[in-house]
Amino acid sequence: MTIEAQETTVVEQDHLIGLVEGYKKQGYRLVQINCTKVGDLYEINYSFDLKYQFKNLRIVVDGKREIPSISGIYWGAFVYENEMHDLFGIRVVGMNVDFGGHLIRTAKKNPFANPTFRGEDACPKK
Amino acid sequence: MTWLSKSPWILHYDASSCNGCDIEVLACLSPLYDVERFGIINTGNPKHADVLVITGGINEQNREVVRNLYDQMADPKVVVAVGICASSGGVFRECYNVVGGIDCIIPVDVYVPGCAARPESIIDGIVKALSILEEKKRGTHISQAPRQGAGGLR
Amino acid sequence: MSKKIIMPFGPQHPVLPEPIHLDLVLEDERVVEAIPSIGYIHRGLETLVAKREYPEYVYIAERTCGICSFIHGMTYCQGVEQVMNLEVPERALYLRTIWSEYSRLHSHLLWLGLFADAVGFENLFMASWKAREFVLDVLEETTGGRVIQGSCKVGGVRRDIPCDTLDRMVKDLDGFERELQDIANVFLNDESIIGRTRGVGMLSRDDAYYCGAMGPTARGSGVGIDLRMTGYAAYGKLKFTPAVETGGDCYSRCAVRVKELFTSIDLIRQAAAKIPEGEIEVKPKGNPDGEYFSRAEQPRGELVHYVKGDGTKHLVRSRIRTPTLTNLPPLVKMLAGCELADVPVIVLSIDPCIGCAER
Repeated sequence: MTIEAQETTVVEQDHLIGLVEGYKKQGYRLVQINCTKVGDLYEINYSFDLKYQFKNLRIVVDGKREIPSISGIYWGAFVYENEMHDLFGIRVVGMNVDFGGHLIRTAKKNPFANPTFRGEDACPKK
Repeated sequence: MTWLSKSPWILHYDASSCNGCDIEVLACLSPLYDVERFGIINTGNPKHADVLVITGGINEQNREVVRNLYDQMADPKVVVAVGICASSGGVFRECYNVVGGIDCIIPVDVYVPGCAARPESIIDGIVKALSILEEKKRGTHISQAPRQGAGGLR
Repeated sequence: MSKKIIMPFGPQHPVLPEPIHLDLVLEDERVVEAIPSIGYIHRGLETLVAKREYPEYVYIAERTCGICSFIHGMTYCQGVEQVMNLEVPERALYLRTIWSEYSRLHSHLLWLGLFADAVGFENLFMASWKAREFVLDVLEETTGGRVIQGSCKVGGVRRDIPCDTLDRMVKDLDGFERELQDIANVFLNDESIIGRTRGVGMLSRDDAYYCGAMGPTARGSGVGIDLRMTGYAAYGKLKFTPAVETGGDCYSRCAVRVKELFTSIDLIRQAAAKIPEGEIEVKPKGNPDGEYFSRAEQPRGELVHYVKGDGTKHLVRSRIRTPTLTNLPPLVKMLAGCELADVPVIVLSIDPCIGCAER
């Protein structure tokens, strides 16, 4: 049983701001922004919702080029964008509140870009 | 029951717990479990506290905070690690940001098992800690060196 | 005009059970701006998908947060089931609904207690937490765990609730409801609570909607979004209307939660009356290949578990967007202009769950 239809549109980075503005005009709310590393590329999903209709915009970036911030359109977007910057090292320009890499402080820089794990040996003996 | 002559105050700190153990620590204060019958009060001030109760494992962010809290407490003091994460890192021990159990930063006197630790075992742990506190006060407690590096994976 | 000073709030703070840090920019007693920073409980558990196979990851998902652990596990399972096109048996969906509502009861009572404590009403804290033990007993009896239940799995649930237990659970709800009515009466009508909360921490409807407020934080400002309306699990077959208040202050957010207690009791009764007999799980075959944004209503608001698989045992990505994270920007809006002494009450009014937010 499918709970809800989820529509994902892959768009060019340059068209992103215009499309997001369009969603805001129609009264959509921002659900979330997330980033997924697929191979060497990063998929960034911008999800919107209006009356339980879920829409998703996706841009695919290489991680080197800066991406524009949508916090000018949706004020609360800064948490997701800062998070994306801190965990994946995606550079987002024009954030209204820029933590400069200190929203989520981690010992390792951009840990989600190349996940590492601690030793997998058995529990140390006393 | 010499420990009952004193009202030990506890300081609770959430290191990187999922909240499961935290709410069980708080549940101990609620009417059903009621640790206040032992004179135990949860304080927010480390200088007032005798028992440091820590839930969750140490991560890169809070190792200094935990160290600080421990140093600020007056002697004698005991540390209770509540839950499996505080004891060894638990299910999160492989996470890059988790250092390991509490004992890789400060010496731990009592380990309380469980995920999440049950209020009964937390109370047991604290009561056990009180007798260690009593020994420490009398100077008869043989302290263990902190397992520096042993509890953590790195 | 006096000089601006920055006052740090947290991470270890008496009113906060969890560490959050706020830099409060103050002018005398008034907060001009609040800048949150988190990271004290960040574990990076989303990266563990590479280490755990997708059926095992449920345990990690549940331990994102110990308060709403069941709903985390359920939302994750739901996501994987949607990707794999699994037809989950009806009875399992009803059981999930029942446990979700019990989790909501326990979470809201916990919050009401902490909130009472924040306004300095110790007695009410005790009363709420005493009532909460009833819910935990039910959860423990039916799942085996008080706060971490572990009863959800990909394809269904791990154990059934026998019919006679279910009957007794419904019967016990009557006494519990009466106890809640007493507590609710105090929360809604007590002079000191009203004095501390009414008009404090205002959030306008527009700010709530566009800054991303969810759950009781949004519904307290007149935004009637409740993800249960999408009809996941068995909610599509049950009748309810989301509790909405229009005040936009701490009192309204508190009133929403109080009303939701009774909605939850009603939903449990409806679900127990309608639950069909049958299997409680299907075995998943193969590995997930595809992606889905699984959404559910947590006690704190909308929860999104994004799962993406590539046909192997390990998921490519699990992304957990928790309601506390999305409620942080509205919190910043609420704090601007408030008095320093009101900060703890306002911070608590969004029901922050930092363990969730940082993962």
